Amino acid sequence: MSTTHSRTAGKAMISPAVILLFLWMIVPLVMTLYFSFQFYNLLDPVTSFAGFANYEYFLTDPAFFEALGNTLIIVIGVLCITVIGGTLLALLLDQPMFGQGIVRLLFIAPFFVMPTVSALVWKNMFMNPTNGLFAFLSKLVGTTPIDWLGHHPLASIVMIVSWQWLPFATLILLTAMQSLDSEQIEAAEMDGASALSRFFHIIVPHLARAGTVVILIQTIFLLSIFAEILVTTAGGPGYASTNIPYLVYMQSLLQFDVGGGSAGGIVAVILANIVAIFLMRLVGKNLDL
Amino acid sequence: MQKSAIALTVAVMATGASLSASADTLTIATVNNGDMVRMQKLTDDFTSKNPGIDLEWVTLEENALRQKVTTDIATKGGQFDVMTIGTYEVPIWAERDWLVPLEGLGDDYDVDDILPAIRGGLSVDDKLYAAPFYGESSMVMYRKDLMEKAGMEMPEAPTWEFIGQAARAMTDKDNEIYGVCLRGKAGWGENMAFLTATANSFGARWFDMDWNPQFDSQEWSDTLNFYVDLMNDAGPPGSSSNGFNENLTLFQNGQCGMWIDATVAASFVTNANDSKVADQVGFALAPDNGLGKRGNWLWAWSLAIPAGTEKEESAKKFVAWATSKAYAELVASKEGWANVPPGTRTSLYENPEYQKVPFAAMTLASIQEADPTNPTVEEVPYVGVQFVAIPEFQGIATSVGQQFAAALAGQSSVEDALKNAQSLTERAMKKAGYPK
Amino acid sequence: MARQVTLNRRLVNTAVAWGFGLLIFFPILWTILTSFKTEAEAISLQPSLFAFDWTLENYQEVNSRSNYPRYFMNSVIIAVGSVVLGLIIAVPAAWAMAFVPSKKTRGILMWMLSTKMLPPVGVLIPIYLLFRDWGLLDSRVGLVLVLTMVNLPIIVWMLFTYFREIPGEILEAARMDGASLKSELIHVLTPMAVPGIASTMLLNVILAWNEAFWTLVLTTTNAAPLTQFIASYSSPEGLFYAKLSAASTMAIAPVLILGWFSQKQLVRGLTFGAVK
Repeated sequence: MSTTHSRTAGKAMISPAVILLFLWMIVPLVMTLYFSFQFYNLLDPVTSFAGFANYEYFLTDPAFFEALGNTLIIVIGVLCITVIGGTLLALLLDQPMFGQGIVRLLFIAPFFVMPTVSALVWKNMFMNPTNGLFAFLSKLVGTTPIDWLGHHPLASIVMIVSWQWLPFATLILLTAMQSLDSEQIEAAEMDGASALSRFFHIIVPHLARAGTVVILIQTIFLLSIFAEILVTTAGGPGYASTNIPYLVYMQSLLQFDVGGGSAGGIVAVILANIVAIFLMRLVGKNLDL
Repeated sequence: MQKSAIALTVAVMATGASLSASADTLTIATVNNGDMVRMQKLTDDFTSKNPGIDLEWVTLEENALRQKVTTDIATKGGQFDVMTIGTYEVPIWAERDWLVPLEGLGDDYDVDDILPAIRGGLSVDDKLYAAPFYGESSMVMYRKDLMEKAGMEMPEAPTWEFIGQAARAMTDKDNEIYGVCLRGKAGWGENMAFLTATANSFGARWFDMDWNPQFDSQEWSDTLNFYVDLMNDAGPPGSSSNGFNENLTLFQNGQCGMWIDATVAASFVTNANDSKVADQVGFALAPDNGLGKRGNWLWAWSLAIPAGTEKEESAKKFVAWATSKAYAELVASKEGWANVPPGTRTSLYENPEYQKVPFAAMTLASIQEADPTNPTVEEVPYVGVQFVAIPEFQGIATSVGQQFAAALAGQSSVEDALKNAQSLTERAMKKAGYPK
Repeated sequence: MARQVTLNRRLVNTAVAWGFGLLIFFPILWTILTSFKTEAEAISLQPSLFAFDWTLENYQEVNSRSNYPRYFMNSVIIAVGSVVLGLIIAVPAAWAMAFVPSKKTRGILMWMLSTKMLPPVGVLIPIYLLFRDWGLLDSRVGLVLVLTMVNLPIIVWMLFTYFREIPGEILEAARMDGASLKSELIHVLTPMAVPGIASTMLLNVILAWNEAFWTLVLTTTNAAPLTQFIASYSSPEGLFYAKLSAASTMAIAPVLILGWFSQKQLVRGLTFGAVK
């Protein structure tokens, strides 16, 4: 049905979005690239050519590899929790029950909360080892309160972020589950398939597409997790909860080292693109676009 | 494309875009500390005396504020007319001509009344570049009742050894009483302010005269070992995320035996509305180790005017108002003398009414004890008690602070933390091209 | 053919689901409850769920200190403005991708999404300098532009997945009748696409409302939205849990209520074409 005429029209319709996004990406990127070859500290008006020195410093920073690992741990940790937890919760919500609508409202709520607010609330009112609610609960059962942010900083962040994204995963997977043909399940039941094998042979394959979407969208947001870290642990103790965006932030806004921060930004862009390529392969297979 | 998009958006938002500022609206960036929040509430006094000047407040947490104003002033963004900055920023910014020298603040302003230690920290070449809103040093705040219960008596000028003993004696973990609360949250203005000042009293220094980092010295090792051991034995859980504010909450809630921190905290912990222990608080000078230096710092939150603002005259009027003697009286008349911004003017400490405030004398003594040009036992190439007044310091010290927080949290050993601190400081200083 | 479920089973399901639901919702509930406590009660070592002296003092304090209506209006203008502008740009693009797909369509779509993976902090200084030169710092226009760009990939993709579900035969029929491209878009597709556009709009308004990097960096007063409002209550001196909770409640309530009322549309919107 696509004629030459409609093709031309199609191009014309796509181009504003493409051109705008391209400008939004390329203009700052070129400037960042330029700064990354300069010795440029915001507090020092004198700049000079730096060659690859900024890259050298950023890549040999002991914090860099730790941050790289932490970035992956956050992405993978949150994905595992939300996809597995989301599937189980979706199974639960798919069962007949009273007040399903209201339960769904409860489940979806965390998704509406600003990341800064949720981080502040978790940090102060739950994870604080003296005044937090977790401390109160552990004292209630007679154990020593856990110093969440001091001793398990990365796990705490994974937990907070998972809380924010669990509703998203649950709801997409639930919608997918509800579209499952119930006759198929009943037929399997007749054949004497156990609940477990029904789950793995019918439900899981059916959810593959939805799961892909969950992974894709979440990865996009999880790669640049920032506010949660800034508010709760500020990347510490040590570099225990510093991820790549936070490391770049430390360079640019704590040290005001624009040159170093820009080099870090370019490195982050390259890494993000590597992840993007992998992700797109995965998506391409499951999401027949 | 971009232009048409802008035009389009303007059209879309034409309804909502009418709030643009009138001629003399001052945008004031400030920290969300108690004294500043109070100032914000008292602005009616200013606007009624200065018709035609409106005030817009940007109140943020310290680090967020610092990033905002630094980015703005360094890129000449021009978003602020008055900025709240500290003794660390003033000399660096003034040297780059980013600040308006504060001359002509009015006949009754009385610049000579400002405490010499504070005024020195805010001046470059004898020109004042920022007006102190409140000044602070650090001191020991302790619970008289718990001290008595432990069978000990706080001297006016304690040693670190005494603090260590008292803290362990006061600790009663079953009842959630911790002998000492100290800053542990990483940040150059958080744990590093405390630890740098403490290190001074242990005879340690950041750099030798050739700008070589000194974290491999015995003095730093003694400092950090003392601190980590003390906090493990007598500190609250989760110390590595406790900054000024977290410790304040703990102290007010009756969970700290001692707290060594900013002198301004005294008015919060003795305020019966917020503090459960208001009538049991005693004060002492920051501890020493017999080396002739005490572990107390010097800081002043100050109001400065960025160069290039079009509203310089109005801004000066505001700065003069907020840091004047009259402002102190205004606060005293509304909220009592104990809540007046402390530590800036000699006249305040000569005021018989103010002398009745329990922490007044100790605050003044602490401020006078600090010497930014000669902060530690040995000679140093830098100015600043709990900081080093070079632009690179805040980045370096925040990273070092992370290492020390990790040692405190038990994530790394004290030796490793110092080794990492040494190497990261060396790297950063090399990159910045020191010695200059 | 509905499956038969015993009442017992149903009750068990209900109990378990409500249990998990309340657990997940609890942090929000706790925040709301804390906002009605006094500061001293908020940090009490023996916290209480409902049995405390309910007070409105935190809300009064927050209202007297901050100009909430202005932050709120800015949030509304920025969120809605950026999504409307985004839709204006994205609808034609998504339409073309769905109905005139070419070999490059998939690549373009994926490229768009990948722009969202770049850490914004890496380009902060350039954007700040550009905004300064264009006079867009602390302006709603500037923020609308930025958030439009930030959310555009998501908007395009969501719309694309909806449009793709619209059967091509309808278009063919319209074309037979001699409808032009323009009228095709206006009279045939748009009405069918309205539910999709509505859910896209909802989700992206929420994303824009909660965006907390650019909104914090590029605004000070005139354009400052609720994210900035919250920032002024994070870790001040003195006790602050209750005031923070009050401010948090005020910042999240509008979106929470909007989200709850429109959750049916929203859940549809959340599927991103994941469900056929």
